[in-house]
Amino acid sequence: MSAAEDIVTEAPAVEAVPKRAMTLGYGTSLVVLAALILIPLFVKNFIIFQMTMLLIYALAVMALNILTGGSGQFSLGQSAFYAVGAYTSAILMEHAGMNYALTLPVAGIVCFGFGFLFGQPALRLSGVYLALATFALATAMPQLLKLGYFEHWTGGVQGLVVTKPDAPFGLPMSQDMWLYYFTLAVGIAIYIASVNLLRSRSGRAFMAIRDNEIAASAMGVDVALYKTLAFGVSAGITGVAGGLGAIAVQFVAPDGYTIQLAISLFLGMVVGGVGWLPGSIVGSAFIIFVPNIAEGISKGLSGAVFGVLLFLVIFLVPHGARQVAIVAQQLAAKLKKN
Amino acid sequence: MLSTVRIAAISAAIVAVAATSTAAFAQKKYDTGASDTEIKVGNIIPYSGPASAYGVIGKTEEAYFKMINDRGGINGRKVNFVSYDDAYSPPKAVEQVRKLVESDEVLLVFNPLGTPSNTAIQKYLNSKKIPQLFVATGATKWNDPKNFPWTMGWQPSYQSEAQIYAKWLMKEKPDAKVAILYQNDDFGKDYLKGTKDGFGAKAASSIIMEESYEVSEPSIDGHIVKIKAANPDVLLIYTTPKFGAQTIKKTAELGWKPLQIITNVSASVGSVMQPAGFDNAQGVLSAAYAKDGADSQWNNDPGMKKWSEFLDKYMPGADKTDGGYVYGYGAAQTLAKVLEMCGDDLTRANVMKQAASLKEFTPDTLLPGVKINTSATDFAPIAQLQMQRFKGQKWELFGDIISGDVPSE
Repeated sequence: MSAAEDIVTEAPAVEAVPKRAMTLGYGTSLVVLAALILIPLFVKNFIIFQMTMLLIYALAVMALNILTGGSGQFSLGQSAFYAVGAYTSAILMEHAGMNYALTLPVAGIVCFGFGFLFGQPALRLSGVYLALATFALATAMPQLLKLGYFEHWTGGVQGLVVTKPDAPFGLPMSQDMWLYYFTLAVGIAIYIASVNLLRSRSGRAFMAIRDNEIAASAMGVDVALYKTLAFGVSAGITGVAGGLGAIAVQFVAPDGYTIQLAISLFLGMVVGGVGWLPGSIVGSAFIIFVPNIAEGISKGLSGAVFGVLLFLVIFLVPHGARQVAIVAQQLAAKLKKN
Repeated sequence: MLSTVRIAAISAAIVAVAATSTAAFAQKKYDTGASDTEIKVGNIIPYSGPASAYGVIGKTEEAYFKMINDRGGINGRKVNFVSYDDAYSPPKAVEQVRKLVESDEVLLVFNPLGTPSNTAIQKYLNSKKIPQLFVATGATKWNDPKNFPWTMGWQPSYQSEAQIYAKWLMKEKPDAKVAILYQNDDFGKDYLKGTKDGFGAKAASSIIMEESYEVSEPSIDGHIVKIKAANPDVLLIYTTPKFGAQTIKKTAELGWKPLQIITNVSASVGSVMQPAGFDNAQGVLSAAYAKDGADSQWNNDPGMKKWSEFLDKYMPGADKTDGGYVYGYGAAQTLAKVLEMCGDDLTRANVMKQAASLKEFTPDTLLPGVKINTSATDFAPIAQLQMQRFKGQKWELFGDIISGDVPSE
């Protein structure tokens, strides 16, 4: 087994109750939710836009988390699913004049199909080999989007400009604020669905495969089916995130979905804590804000500063935000006793 | 009687005061980002990521405005130049530009770099009526005042440059068999279109091969071998710098001597000709609109002397062969000129109006005879180039200044 795989399998093994360890308690969830609902009322449109992007990337990170933390499979190809989702939404909105909200389920279904099909050949691969196969997908995607054959729909290298939706029913809200709440609603729905999925029979099957494939199949889990299913679900959620991203940024172009994005999402997952769904939002915040902080420290060396910060995080809290949360919980418990 | 006189006097005084105050009011007009003491200018450029070599342009512009501020600013106002990294990624560009507009509250966005990034922010800036001034890309679409009255280009468009090559070839080598190597993106395709437009009816008979490559390919040697097999006598190299150097080197290695014309984008002595090998690059043609910082013929040129002094003082240690320093200086000087022309009316509308009224303006770094002209219907500031031939270790200009204006679509 590769070293990378050890990290993944190790983390949940520490926690005896993986199902529970994947989510937050009700109290904490409500506090986070209240913060997410209230903050936009008091900040500038620009911050709202950043928070929208935060939620969108959090969704994409969570999708990867389901795949890696849930079923133990690697993917460096999430940017490809994100791109397919973004393009599906953009093309439906701009060429077919479809309502933006309706394009999202379509994007999700298209990506689910794409991910499920990609999962078939990926079945034969595991660990770093699977990571490499998905890496190939991510590198190929921007070029596929540039192909002259699709250019009529994709706009080729020029990309497509997407119109941002207004708030419906004449609500007195800016476009940004509406889009934020819309994204938040979609995000919460998907989060709840994902938590339930992982607590269900299928979720247990995912985790059984992650922990020990042979044991899982001995228990009657259809390993091939559930592995591809995990890929499909992950790709589907990433596709919805991509569609939302296209609407928020108002532009899709092949160069926006390079391998860089896939690596960022992977980074977000590790920083947030592999297998811990609420960590996705922390990981997403890391990939959005830390590059800005690094740039603030040194413009010429922003990449190096980012590297140092990342190194510190991995070194000090190897299990990411999840570790911080556990430590905080223990501290709180101690304080209560005293 | 007395009271009427008094009333008359008082009202006269009031009128006088009112008149002077409105006069003062009419003199100074500001939009967000401008005040009595400061003009806030925003910029995005890739300081990191695959295109980070262009970051030097942003640094040059920052240094240029520092020089302007040291000399007292523009009409007494200091320029506050806020520049962010977009890593050449469109989503990041949108985020950073929104930060500039909504958080830093800049008067205008100046010289944002890259076609994808500019496409991503164009609609936003135009809907907010914020100038997207002198964008750092040669795509032809920026000259579209009717649909995007808040966006303006700066450098010659790729299409006009390509047209100039086609026109020159038709005149000098009417029977040429032309092969085109182009990058498979908007950059390369703009050149391809310009070339075909330039050849006009002769395009089909003159161009015998169009070969494209992807920017992600590590080497383009295979493409060169393929082109050579078709045996053209002219090779048009529409590539970015790295591939330009590879092409010139590979043709020499194959012992093949077609007439080579390379884009202005890849005409840098330091980053293309030298890596390709000076011996291999002899006789290669290109076109230019700016002076080359590495070229000794400009040593006594007053404009380039100013440029050189600026670099020595504000950017010590700068590599003068890097075209980015020349580019950033010229673009920043053009903006300084526009802001100066705005006087005390620093509204966004007036900035665009003044930017569209540049007449025969010549920044220090442009070739003699190349002038910046704009109007309400011409948003393409630089549209002239001159042919040049590589000889020894530098470019030699020849022929007349050629104009390649492409009408706005």
